[in-house]
Amino acid sequence: MSVGSASFDHAGKPDGVLNADALRADARRQALGLLALVSPGLFLVFAVIIVPIGWLFWLSLFDETGQLSFANYARFFEQASYIKTFVTTFKVAFVVTGASVLFGYPLAYMLSQLPRRAASICLIFVILPFWTSVLVRTYAWLVILQRKGLINNWLIDLGVIGQPLPLANNFTGVVIGMTHIMLPFLVLPLYASMKTIDVDCLRAGMNLGASPAATFRQIFFPLSLPGLASGVVIVFVLCLGFFVTPALMGGGKVIMWAMRMEQATSLYSNWGAGAALGVVLLAVTLALLGLFQRLLGARATGVWSRR
Amino acid sequence: MSTQNSLPISHWQRLWLYLLGGLVMLFLIAPSVIIVIMSFSGSTLLQFPPEQWSLRWYESYFGSVEWRDATIVSVKVAVMTAIAATPLGTAAAYAINAGTLRLTGAINALLTASLIIPVILIGIGTFFLYARIGLNNTLTGLVIAHTVQALPLVVLTVLSGLRSYDMNQEMVARSLGAGRFAAFFQVTMPQLRFSIVSGALFAFITSFDEVVVSLFISGGETTTLTRRMFNALRDQIDPTIAAISTCLIVLSIALLSAAQLFGRER
Amino acid sequence: MLLSLAPSALPIGIHGIEKRFGAVSILSDLSLDVAAGEFLTLLGPSGSGKTTLLMILAGFVRANAGSIKVGGEEIITMPPHQRNIGMVFQNYALFPHMNVFHNVAFPLKQRRVSAADTRERVEKALDLVRLQGLGERRVDQLSGGQRQRVALARAIVFEPRIVLMDEPLSALDKGLREHMQIELRNLHRRLGMTTVYVTHDQREAITMSDRIAVMNAGRIEQIDQPEALYARPKTKFVAGFIGESNFIPVECRNGSVWHEDRKLRMSDPIPAVGRHLMVVRPEKLRLVADGEQAGVLNMLPATVGDVIYQGDSFICYATLRDGRQVTLRDYCRSDVLARLPAPGEPITLGIDAQDVVLVADQ
Repeated sequence: MSVGSASFDHAGKPDGVLNADALRADARRQALGLLALVSPGLFLVFAVIIVPIGWLFWLSLFDETGQLSFANYARFFEQASYIKTFVTTFKVAFVVTGASVLFGYPLAYMLSQLPRRAASICLIFVILPFWTSVLVRTYAWLVILQRKGLINNWLIDLGVIGQPLPLANNFTGVVIGMTHIMLPFLVLPLYASMKTIDVDCLRAGMNLGASPAATFRQIFFPLSLPGLASGVVIVFVLCLGFFVTPALMGGGKVIMWAMRMEQATSLYSNWGAGAALGVVLLAVTLALLGLFQRLLGARATGVWSRR
Repeated sequence: MSTQNSLPISHWQRLWLYLLGGLVMLFLIAPSVIIVIMSFSGSTLLQFPPEQWSLRWYESYFGSVEWRDATIVSVKVAVMTAIAATPLGTAAAYAINAGTLRLTGAINALLTASLIIPVILIGIGTFFLYARIGLNNTLTGLVIAHTVQALPLVVLTVLSGLRSYDMNQEMVARSLGAGRFAAFFQVTMPQLRFSIVSGALFAFITSFDEVVVSLFISGGETTTLTRRMFNALRDQIDPTIAAISTCLIVLSIALLSAAQLFGRER
Repeated sequence: MLLSLAPSALPIGIHGIEKRFGAVSILSDLSLDVAAGEFLTLLGPSGSGKTTLLMILAGFVRANAGSIKVGGEEIITMPPHQRNIGMVFQNYALFPHMNVFHNVAFPLKQRRVSAADTRERVEKALDLVRLQGLGERRVDQLSGGQRQRVALARAIVFEPRIVLMDEPLSALDKGLREHMQIELRNLHRRLGMTTVYVTHDQREAITMSDRIAVMNAGRIEQIDQPEALYARPKTKFVAGFIGESNFIPVECRNGSVWHEDRKLRMSDPIPAVGRHLMVVRPEKLRLVADGEQAGVLNMLPATVGDVIYQGDSFICYATLRDGRQVTLRDYCRSDVLARLPAPGEPITLGIDAQDVVLVADQ
């Protein structure tokens, strides 16, 4: 018995293609089996998300008379109210993202530096709101911030102010409410990435004579940037399409992109206009995510979005 | 301090950090705490802390046929969503994990698309589609829409469970005479149960808390709790909502603890 | 018949296996015959394709082409669960949610063996791997060696036609590993099942196998009994991979073998004209005493570089006249110790004619 001695009936077949067809058929069968496992889910997503959105995109290309036109898109540049909506939306998104970074970074940093047990207890403070209904949290902020809300009542009782402060039903209210909702989306990926930073790097930095502040600035902070970036992108993108909080806390004065879409379709039944808004929103969202992915090679969907 | 953090920085030097972090934690948790306390207030005025205590807002919640019906609708839809999304998501995660399909990346992207696509667009699109096939204001329509939204959570949860699971075990089971299905149900699934149950709980809570799509496609007999709450909040601030909110917070805590407990038992 | 010497052991005929991942060829036209009841080891460095071949045998990796016949029956497209092959994985892959008994009973349950039969056969299998009475233990209460035995019991309890093992001992510490090697070999002798064993540990392969197939870059370099493999490697790779080797360039011309201007004697037939490498194991080199002249001894003059004393033996690094470094190892017998050379000293190295092995110089 030696290498290559064919002991069974392989005669007559050229080497290297033995059973190749049967094996290929077997591979195809297995692939089909796996495809069968994903297909129900894929079908649902396709039917409920892809088809309607494609349909809406198609609709957005026609004006009210059924003529093919870009009227639905041209309107964005012509009507001041649309421009104002976009400006408001981006303003809110920038401010909320900024506030989330300002508050979220120190919290994530603290969590990453705490001993394991303490960190997991403190993490509850991030996760519990994350899994509490957006409506509940928005309601809470209404109770706290409105004209006759808790803060104004307190301040008036204490004699600090005579007139209630305008905290809700305006830009301030929207920003506060949305920051509260967005913070976990920033803190969780940031914390996860900070946990992976090797403490030995920091120790080495301090060993080499860097002060704690310099170690943070020159080693920890740069290493935490990818996590921060992914959190920022998630928050910013979620802000652009956010609906509940501005609708309830904007007092009709802060009209954001998603609200405009809702008005166009529900109030005016103008599908073309609503669809065009949706198409642009989706395009901006995908562009931002794509840009982020290109720049950092990371997936921004690492954290589950809840809206 | 544990060894992993033993940098030569004392807690005192970090005091400012703990203060700032603590304030942010307070900011995050305070609204829920305030709502829970306010729900036991005896007055319609927004006083904190309340001067008198009562259960009147809970009585008003449970006594109202409308609130009760909306709650029942939401529970029904959430349960059915969990029942539908969990097997679909688990099956998809299994196939994605096998990774031998040529389009695995695209399939993954498609299945998790509802995480990226603005939810308002999903709402409008679903409403538009349902208007044509008569699924608006139906339980079926709600369950389908919520299943699509819950699917990515189940897929990602089960996928992360599968990634830390030793697939050799399933191979060994198959070499020992179990077919693919037998190997999955007898060996893999019992060990993935934590991920699968977590996925189911996430699916439930995703559906139960869902607002935007429900605003579009639920109504009449099938008005969900969140839709009714949203409309109530648009009009005026009814303290009954504090009682409902408290119930929702308790539900979240219960489901999260259930997921935690189930994980520890393993 | 329960776990007796298996007359059912079957030969495996592997023929023309091709495996590609995309454009990368993992296995190319690989053929190999395993005799019924044989313990054959696939030995090779990581990436040599040995584990891929094992996975193809088990049915977890699909080849692009080829044939695998077990006792004449083609199994290459058969799903793993119908192949009746027992497999032991590197990390054991015990089922953590089942106790020892249910782990071992798993293959019997799949085959719908009755409860009474199952109990009897599991007990026998546990006896065989010396785990009697541990059936109720949870898997995480077992030591590494015990887990290994459970995995083994599980793989043989259903009397498979073939047993495959993928580096099953690599997770154990050295002492236990050596102990388990002997035990596995004895178990194989008792049960006589055809076994294909994968390892990258040459010592393990030599200890346990009837034959060893040395694999490199998707091909089988040489397949032989351990002694032959060590004493008569056929390629430079095999000589280098199994044991330590000195490679000394030689040339065949005029029907003789030459190193530089010295004619070498060898007992093997002299190969074709051209350049070759002489493979000399360090322990086959010896220090030739002044005036010693044995008829069959080849002599190579060299200069001592360094001598390292290791208690029972010593290692001498020497430089041949062509500048090549060679290593010599010998036991510290008193006659050798008496004339241990000093660094820089000229010496004569001796090689027995029958220890001269030539391989192609690739």
